[in-house]
Amino acid sequence: MANLKETFLTPIFKGNPITVLVLGICSSLAVTVELKGAFVMALSVIAVTGLSSLVVSILRNTIPNRVRIIVQLVVVAMMVILVDQFLKAFAYGIDKQLSVYIGLIITNCIVMGRIEAFALGNKPLASLVDGLANGLGYGMILIIVAFFRELFGSGTLFGFPVLKAIGYTNNGLMILPPMALILLGCVIWVQRSIQKDLQEK
Amino acid sequence: MEYLSLFVKSIFVDNMIFAYFLGMCSYLAVSKNVKTANGLGMAVIFVLVCTLPLNYLLNKYILTPGENCIFGPNVDLSFLSFILFIAVIAAFTQLVEMIVEKFLPALYSSLGIFLPLIAVNCAILGGSLFMQQKDFANVGESAVYALGSGLGWYLAIVALAAIREKLSYSNVPAPLKGIGITFITVGLMGIAFMAFMGISL
Repeated sequence: MANLKETFLTPIFKGNPITVLVLGICSSLAVTVELKGAFVMALSVIAVTGLSSLVVSILRNTIPNRVRIIVQLVVVAMMVILVDQFLKAFAYGIDKQLSVYIGLIITNCIVMGRIEAFALGNKPLASLVDGLANGLGYGMILIIVAFFRELFGSGTLFGFPVLKAIGYTNNGLMILPPMALILLGCVIWVQRSIQKDLQEK
Repeated sequence: MEYLSLFVKSIFVDNMIFAYFLGMCSYLAVSKNVKTANGLGMAVIFVLVCTLPLNYLLNKYILTPGENCIFGPNVDLSFLSFILFIAVIAAFTQLVEMIVEKFLPALYSSLGIFLPLIAVNCAILGGSLFMQQKDFANVGESAVYALGSGLGWYLAIVALAAIREKLSYSNVPAPLKGIGITFITVGLMGIAFMAFMGISL
């Protein structure tokens, strides 16, 4: 059981998919303008990574090596379609707001990366835990970036006005795309200052 | 004139990297020197220009219900779009890889390793998903859009690679070295690209 715990904890901080492995940046940054979208996106990615790792891991002994990429893509695409249809049915507004980025979970490198690196060689339960944990690690960074962008960009948190009371003027730059990159750079800066062994030479 | 404005708009205003963050993973991973960045950029342009019009036709004649649909006006298959698009892209990259390997060995040795990577590049799938939202009038428009966004991506990766080559001589704080400073550089480049934002064509 200790092994499972380690599998679960590593991706959340020490081996975080975004800040350490630099995977899955593509679809993540554009959804961090406000917390609500980031939250839904994080949940979707957790569901997709967990479930597709589980399915691929169950199928791992029957997939021929030569066509494995396309089999993995089909499994992942199926999971994403399920999530997309679910959101369309129960949270239509958010689905519209996230637009193409839900579909882009298919090509999110975290999903494919974890399947290739972990699910193909491990038992279903461990793969499920690994997938979920990587989704969580991804979601955590998403929430951190979205928190600062929404707080300083619109002065709100989850849509509730927070900073307006103290006379804060919204900083329009925080809403714009480039700020997400700079904030993520700062998150990496902080993490690598704490964990010196991650620093690049 | 419409084609020209669509072309310019998709290169600068709707730049894949700076406005939508598409294809970030390979963008950050393969931008260490100008030569490889050049190769990957070319490959992205090529695959985009070939798959996007193909997906446009699929979308118009098979997926969207209406008078153009070959299954009759009442069959709505649009929920299948993710899986069909990614299958076209994966199959196409595989095909291109085989053809280029057989007939153009010189090109293969310079592009070869990047071609399989492109199947999971978000910029390609993202292009198709944006095409679905934008409702182009004909195949020509979708091809021009593909060429424009491909060129925009190419421009962005070559520019970043050039900056990173220079950056290796500067004294960056240790925790920011490598990926951290790259994020901040891309953010600053994004701010520069925002100069094009106000232009409406």
